[in-house]
Amino acid sequence: MNRAYEKTFSVEGDNFDNAGTASIEIKKILKDLRIDEDVLRKTAIVVYESELNIISYARSGNITLYVDDDTINIDVKDEGPGIEDIDLAMQPGYSTATEYIRQMGFGAGMGLYNIKSCSDLFEISSTPNVGTRLKIIIKRNGR
Amino acid sequence: MKLHDVVEILDAKLLIGEDRHRELEVKTAFSADLMSDVLAFAKSGSLILTGLTTPQVVRTASILDAAALIIVRGKIPSGETLQLARELDIPVLSTRYILFETSGRLYANGIVGCVEKIGGTRDGES
Repeated sequence: MNRAYEKTFSVEGDNFDNAGTASIEIKKILKDLRIDEDVLRKTAIVVYESELNIISYARSGNITLYVDDDTINIDVKDEGPGIEDIDLAMQPGYSTATEYIRQMGFGAGMGLYNIKSCSDLFEISSTPNVGTRLKIIIKRNGR
Repeated sequence: MKLHDVVEILDAKLLIGEDRHRELEVKTAFSADLMSDVLAFAKSGSLILTGLTTPQVVRTASILDAAALIIVRGKIPSGETLQLARELDIPVLSTRYILFETSGRLYANGIVGCVEKIGGTRDGES
């Protein structure tokens, strides 16, 4: 790749009808960039879980994808209730999802844990009543 | 086995995928009604067995590059879900067998779990 690639996707809270559309578009972009299959899969899962988190819990948010020769960077920023206890939210199985979210097959408390397990670097910060920010890096080496 | 054989074994209706069910080779599967668990544990190229019929099931299958979706307990997804499956090229089957029977019948015919147990893997096995 000669030039780095960057694009920001906006995600609307509570809009389950479109849940996953940004992720599927990002996956197509990465396929066109000929990203290695394993890296592509991890990135797709990270973006999809992040998109679902914004839709499930926040008013709105952005997912920024930045790809260079060595890494895939995903920055997720939302405006919403934020997370009071991050350690608790990171625990597999812990969830504050509503019954509606669970009926869709989500809200099992695996989202943040799943994002972290797909990442080489994972940073989370949150301010209650303001929003949550994730910074994720997935390495492209091992190609 | 081919997806076509899966249709026969499960006495299933092939709702989407008429163009490739005779060629598509499948070896592994993952069964769950929780899409979060499908995302966490399923592997690309696997069949996904579920009783959920929302469009998110199709998007989850697409994100994972799943081989096909098998909807159990006789449910038929909405037109919207099927249209999305057609667009994203994800074959969809519907079987009247319950999830346990569907999984068991496929296992008895040689399909195995895409992961055997959590913390274990089938990678490296032939």
